[in-house]
Amino acid sequence: MNKVVKGIKDIVGDVYDKIIKKKSPNLDIPLRSLQNVSYDPKKGYFELKGKLISRTLTASTVKTFAQTLLMMRESKNIVETDDIATKREIYYVSKNWGDAMFHEQPESDTVMDDIEAMMSVNREQLGFIPEEKGGDVAGRLIVIDKDESGKELRIDCTRFGSGAYSIPSSVEELKFETEAKFILAIETAGMFQRLVKHGYWKKASCILISMGGVPTRACRRFIRRLSDERKLPVYVFTDGDPYGFLNIYRTLKVGSGNAAHINQFFCVPQAKFIGVTPQDIIDYKLPTHPLKDVDIKRIRDGIKNDPFVKEYKEWERALNLMVKLGKRAEQQAFAKYTLNYVIDTYLPEKLKNQKSWLP
Amino acid sequence: MAQTKLAEEKNGDRPIAHELAKQQREISVAEFFEKNRHLLGFNNPRKALLTAIKEAVDNSLDACEEAKILPELHIEMIDMQNDRFRIIVEDNGPGIVKSQIPNIFAKLLYGSKFHRLKMGRGQQGIGISAAALYGQLTTGKPIKIKSKISPKDPAHYYELHIDTQKNKPEVVKEEIVEWKKEQGTRIELDLEGIYQKGPQSVDNYLKQTAIVNPHATIIYTNPKAEQIIFARATNVLPKEPKEIKPHPYGVEIGMLMKMMKNTEGRTMQSFFANDFSRVSPGVAKEICTKAGILPNSGPKSMTREQAERIINAIKDTKIIAPPTDCVSPIGGEDLKKGLKKEINAEFYCATTRPPAVYRGNPFIIEVAIAYGGELGQEDTVKIMRFANRVPLLYQQSACVSTEAIIDTNWKSYGLQQSKDSMPYGPAVILVHMASVWVPFTSEAKEAIAHYPDITKEIKLALQECGRELLKYTAKKRKYSDELKKRGYIEKYIPFIGEVLKDLLDLKKSDEENIEKNLKELLEKSRGKLEDVAEENAEYDESFAKIGAEKESEEEPEEGSDEDADKESGKKSKKRAKDE
Repeated sequence: MNKVVKGIKDIVGDVYDKIIKKKSPNLDIPLRSLQNVSYDPKKGYFELKGKLISRTLTASTVKTFAQTLLMMRESKNIVETDDIATKREIYYVSKNWGDAMFHEQPESDTVMDDIEAMMSVNREQLGFIPEEKGGDVAGRLIVIDKDESGKELRIDCTRFGSGAYSIPSSVEELKFETEAKFILAIETAGMFQRLVKHGYWKKASCILISMGGVPTRACRRFIRRLSDERKLPVYVFTDGDPYGFLNIYRTLKVGSGNAAHINQFFCVPQAKFIGVTPQDIIDYKLPTHPLKDVDIKRIRDGIKNDPFVKEYKEWERALNLMVKLGKRAEQQAFAKYTLNYVIDTYLPEKLKNQKSWLP
Repeated sequence: MAQTKLAEEKNGDRPIAHELAKQQREISVAEFFEKNRHLLGFNNPRKALLTAIKEAVDNSLDACEEAKILPELHIEMIDMQNDRFRIIVEDNGPGIVKSQIPNIFAKLLYGSKFHRLKMGRGQQGIGISAAALYGQLTTGKPIKIKSKISPKDPAHYYELHIDTQKNKPEVVKEEIVEWKKEQGTRIELDLEGIYQKGPQSVDNYLKQTAIVNPHATIIYTNPKAEQIIFARATNVLPKEPKEIKPHPYGVEIGMLMKMMKNTEGRTMQSFFANDFSRVSPGVAKEICTKAGILPNSGPKSMTREQAERIINAIKDTKIIAPPTDCVSPIGGEDLKKGLKKEINAEFYCATTRPPAVYRGNPFIIEVAIAYGGELGQEDTVKIMRFANRVPLLYQQSACVSTEAIIDTNWKSYGLQQSKDSMPYGPAVILVHMASVWVPFTSEAKEAIAHYPDITKEIKLALQECGRELLKYTAKKRKYSDELKKRGYIEKYIPFIGEVLKDLLDLKKSDEENIEKNLKELLEKSRGKLEDVAEENAEYDESFAKIGAEKESEEEPEEGSDEDADKESGKKSKKRAKDE
């Protein structure tokens, strides 16, 4: 029997036993938040500390309880028929469930995350795949994929012109060939466009990946596998703001609190942050925006509660410096000098000077 | 050239003031109100009808209560065509002695109520004679009065005009007539008006009057010849309010000096003890000592400086509140009863504040709230305002009660409210002010003036009711949450049974077993459920409809009715005119 199907049957069997014994059944779900993760730099990713929420069946939880069981049944059916369903499709499948249907997709996504965490599997193993595309790639890389008939396909990422290769939602089966020296992961599509247009990857002999905000699981896994298998260093270039540091970079490097049960595979511990650092704002006299109250709150919260920031004094100092400056700067701010300043000056300087990076 | 001409006139033999003096003469009150009828509530034909009825009804109810008679009023409005109406108001009151009839009905500012401090509906002695004047101006017809003071006495009949220049009654006709009634007064008045239904109609006014005067029977025939009987709900007359002397806390320096000049007391001590309420000789002495004057000095010799010191001394002295028997509240139970008849809600509460004082006038604030039931969820909260048992239908936005309601934070009591505006939600708020002297913003007696002491009391009363309301809404929310949860059990348990059966390949009987066990498990912990809504057996649907009809025919003209309560949500403060 498939491992997932067995897991589902175990959980459901346990619920049944309790009901027959006239005891309240319960589902134990790991608490998915930063409070329940620890960071060990040797392992390199956020790990669950093991706090569980026991969802006992009561009048207030009976709806979610029923929905969780219904979705587990759906997963079992999908896995057994070797099919897949997107998160959005599952939301629509629920429209068949009468009173137990989901009214918004976030509701069904949460139940999906619960099951995933409860069974310590990746949702793809449950047959559920995300909608989101993974990110864009350009540069010295050949991705080896398969076409619908299973025949090998060689995708040359140097040959997309001003466009890019799109990371698929499942990257587990891909293989890579590359001569590049490093991977540069970029926050914004705008910056990515500039670097592609001016052939930066040729000049620097690298692979460019646009994350478009917080990287998706597929994007993280793609970078991880590419880096692991081809022994490539990963450099990250985001806006100089708390979102870039604590959401984008931190999630890429060590994972998130919400998906802690799968961080082990969906993180890139070897990633390094090259910019924009708070020190860059000073050194490059960048045009800035004032920090909003929420930004400052986010930073304070990070310093206090984020196990990753707590591990690295460098980050704590950098974040404190940002609060002191009271300012943030965007990737595009370098355009103040010339449009290609970032290509000609900033990136080469930063890549040379390891001391200016953040861990 | 204009300049030369002007200079010539200046250089004329007589100072110009003599010329101007020719035009300067006394204006009679009647003449003044002839020009300023809006001040009395006769500014448009629709309101005129209501005001005239209101003045007559106020007088009748006051007279009956003073004579300790349970009031029975017959009110009739007859459509005389061409926007003219005849109104007839007849009561079973004590009647009016012959010699007073002309002055009461045809002389403005003549009455028993202005010169005393006693709670009553009428205050100034303007109302009914102003109605007579309005009738005379718009139709040329006299007011007709019939009055009888006892079965033994004859009934006197008068037809009266008002001489507007002299403000004097002009007797058109006078005779002794047969009247089967034992005693009472009947007035008949023709006037120009427009009859409309709706919240500001005579119908609604009489209904609201019935709500707050449960001891009165009102038999009303409207111009459509529909007869409505508001039957007496109690045979107990309201406790008779007593006449009182001013309380020191409300006296200002001008008033004090006037009182000192007119007093019969020979010493300051006796002046204080005799001319004020709640001042014992001991307290009088204390005030004198604090003001640095001798208790036996003569009141007439006091200077302005001394008067000022006395005022300050009064502020420093602890004096018990004015006597409470001078103000008679409607009472929480009667208020609730009245609301229940009118509004089919699910929760009612009422509160009567202890007496308080503004400018030395004792007053009592009462508030009642009806909530939920058939009231609209999204509507602005409806306000019913009363002053000394008289409904106030106009000028809601200028009224102190509106201000107090807006200033109260209703969000904490379970209603919705945006900043600086009326709350909304399924509620009706009733505010009643009872006082020996209700400070209206104008003689039309439509809105109560903004005295901080009054605002404060209303707010306290609103808060008291608000807390009751909150208790109820919280209970109700708990109840509906509980209902919802119980619904959940019924709704979702079958899914659990179904999934377990599918995934574990169970039998139908196992599935039933699962559902049975789960229901037991979940319901065991929930206990008994009690509904919170009160059953309203007193609701009277046909009663509630009166005055609730859509306003018929054309809308009142723009501007003529600036107080049509459209801006009721906005804040507008009108300070009381200084009397």
